Amino acid sequence: MSALTYEDVISKYEPVLGLEVHVELNTNSKMFCGCSTIFGAEPNTQTCPVCLALPGALPVVNEKAIESTILIGLALNCSIAPFSRFARKNYFYPDMPKNFQISQYDEPICVNGYVDVEIDTDEGTQSFRIEIERVHMEEDTGKSLHVGGSTGRIHGADYSLLDYNRAGIPLVEIVTKIVPGTGKYAPEVAKAYVAELRDILRALGVSDVKMEQGSLRCDANVSLRLIGSDVLGTRSETKNVNSLRSVERAVRGEMIRHAERLNKGEKVKKLFKKLVTFKKTPA
Amino acid sequence: MIKNSAAEMAQSLASGSTTSVALTQAHLDRIAEVDEKVHAFLHVDTQGALKQAADVDAARARGEKLSPLAGVPLALKDVLVQKDVPTTCGSKILEGWRPPYDSTVVSKLKSAGVVILGKTNMDEFAMGSSTENSAYGPTHNPWDLTRIPGGSGGGSSAALAAFEAPLAIGTDTGGSIRQPAAVTGTVGVKPTYGGVSRYGLVAFSSSLDQAGPCARTVLDTALLHEVIAGHDPKDSTSINAPVPQVVAAAKSGDVKGMKIGVVKELNGDGYQAGVRQRFEESLELLAQAGAEIVEVSAPNFEYALAAYYLIAPSECSSNLARFDAMRYGLRVGDTDGASAESVMNMTREVGFGREVKRRILLGTYALSSGYYDAYYGSAQKVRTLITQDFNNAFAKCDVMVSPTCPTTAFKIGEKANDPLAMYLNDIATIPVNMAGIGGMSLPCGVAPEDGLPVGFQIMSPVMQDQRMYSVGAALEAALLSKWGAPLLSQAPSLGGAA
Repeated sequence: MSALTYEDVISKYEPVLGLEVHVELNTNSKMFCGCSTIFGAEPNTQTCPVCLALPGALPVVNEKAIESTILIGLALNCSIAPFSRFARKNYFYPDMPKNFQISQYDEPICVNGYVDVEIDTDEGTQSFRIEIERVHMEEDTGKSLHVGGSTGRIHGADYSLLDYNRAGIPLVEIVTKIVPGTGKYAPEVAKAYVAELRDILRALGVSDVKMEQGSLRCDANVSLRLIGSDVLGTRSETKNVNSLRSVERAVRGEMIRHAERLNKGEKVKKLFKKLVTFKKTPA
Repeated sequence: MIKNSAAEMAQSLASGSTTSVALTQAHLDRIAEVDEKVHAFLHVDTQGALKQAADVDAARARGEKLSPLAGVPLALKDVLVQKDVPTTCGSKILEGWRPPYDSTVVSKLKSAGVVILGKTNMDEFAMGSSTENSAYGPTHNPWDLTRIPGGSGGGSSAALAAFEAPLAIGTDTGGSIRQPAAVTGTVGVKPTYGGVSRYGLVAFSSSLDQAGPCARTVLDTALLHEVIAGHDPKDSTSINAPVPQVVAAAKSGDVKGMKIGVVKELNGDGYQAGVRQRFEESLELLAQAGAEIVEVSAPNFEYALAAYYLIAPSECSSNLARFDAMRYGLRVGDTDGASAESVMNMTREVGFGREVKRRILLGTYALSSGYYDAYYGSAQKVRTLITQDFNNAFAKCDVMVSPTCPTTAFKIGEKANDPLAMYLNDIATIPVNMAGIGGMSLPCGVAPEDGLPVGFQIMSPVMQDQRMYSVGAALEAALLSKWGAPLLSQAPSLGGAA
């Protein structure tokens, strides 16, 4: 059992955050084809040659999805690129029909924005500015269900089931710049930021923003550095955090875990990706 | 009947002197007689073709207004999907797959009443210049069965030259319509990129691929061009503009006052003597028809082949990633306990041929993290330079011309183990794809030294496809009056009733 308390951590280290939020847009049809996007349909009933990546099929971009992304960019005080480009992210996985994801790489639709969030602190209400690096569009993958085995992952599973209803649903990824200067309030700021985004997206009417259904998902990046240092530490990324409370817990938990390793003179493994599935908890 | 042009066949159908069913049956009979020797077809859709033909005949009997090519048969390259008809792309990895949808080209053919006889042989996934890379065995050149019919669309061109079909569809990524046309003595056109929809064309190199018409005459090619061309909302790269008036151009064949630019760099060393001779003679005929022949230079064409062999493999490595045994086609090694990864690996090992694997490896390497700028990025810059060369040249001429290929058809097996020698065959056709412009090859005679057909290439600016049809029709008419009969009448008989 760890002896390290949260107070011990923040007396020695400064946390630096980086938050990536994936938002499923609520368009009627998918990102690059006319298939329905309604949640919860029978598996593989909302598919076509395009989202199944049948040979010869071609993507055609969903105009409404572009509009929604521009709305998000404007609400987050971003510059909207007059020209942007889609790119292919190539990797093999059975739930990705083309074995590449259509995403945006060097020319996203929206760049350089910010959002201000307020939290209650010991000194009263305090405002933090979270700078936005980019808002870009991409398509979701299908869903795998790995049956048998103990891990629920593909390795060791007896067999896997694939549902391509989700393949090609429009996703918007909102990426912050690094967020230093939140000190002991880092977990609350992270939570407040995701909550603020959720409220903005809901007000814009571009997404259902249901974290429990995965229409809003957060990847929380955390690193620590000694107070006063200007060198960034090695970060870890907690992926697919699915509730507001979990965002706060993920950041707090990672801060303590990093500090324990750093105190022992160990390195936080470079690009250590911790695939934590938080149990469903009320936000 | 099967030796007529498509335009003549259409006339016979319109006048009622024959029916589409009879015409289709005649071609099916011809295929049955000669395709054992030629091997142009991978799949003959006898029932589907006869059904389509009967439908056209019935519509004609009802007095419906039909499109100009209604009832005329066609051979379809096996890289375009046709609903419920096997589509293999010449690869084992798609063996047995029946697409659940029609490509836009096929939809347009069907609604124009063009009868689809079957699917033609090709180099696997359109990668090759000889059809030897087909997983189902090579196609043989009707002029000499020991020689290649070109590639990748060797099946489509051989089917035309063997009178198995009067019309065919090809696709051209680096010359796969024009080079087979050249070596089989037929006509083939790569339209402007975006002129014909790529929806349902199984992608090899998306930024270069273009489907186009193939036939035995320039007019037939133009008639087919107008059937398949036009904007398609399902293809974001399809051009939303009126289709160039290629039929009118092919009918008039007027080149008076046109400036024809001979590309200095696409001639000379490396070009067979008989190829050069027929090319020069053709220039004279065009001059006699009233065109002005000028020389133009394209200094960056020498880098086209090198850049092409970065761009095409890079795009292919990404496009062919979807063939993973998960959703369609071949599946190998799916035994108890086998992981998804090992099934993917084993299927791709067995399902892809050597040339396809070579290009996937090249492309995957070129796109690797950290290499993109050096390889794909540099190749794209070369592409811009080639486009500038074309723009500069088109400022001085209306069309550009060159021999289509450096040589006539080589022997089957001659270059099979020398990929570089094989790649050089496309040296004159690749720049057209790199710039996205239009290109045509039409026969301009046989080389005296080997008696094999020589192709004459015409290149026209973006969406000015009608210009190459004007020039092609003028040259074709001049050659025909010189020869007295179409070039294909000099090809050896393959036996059979024709």
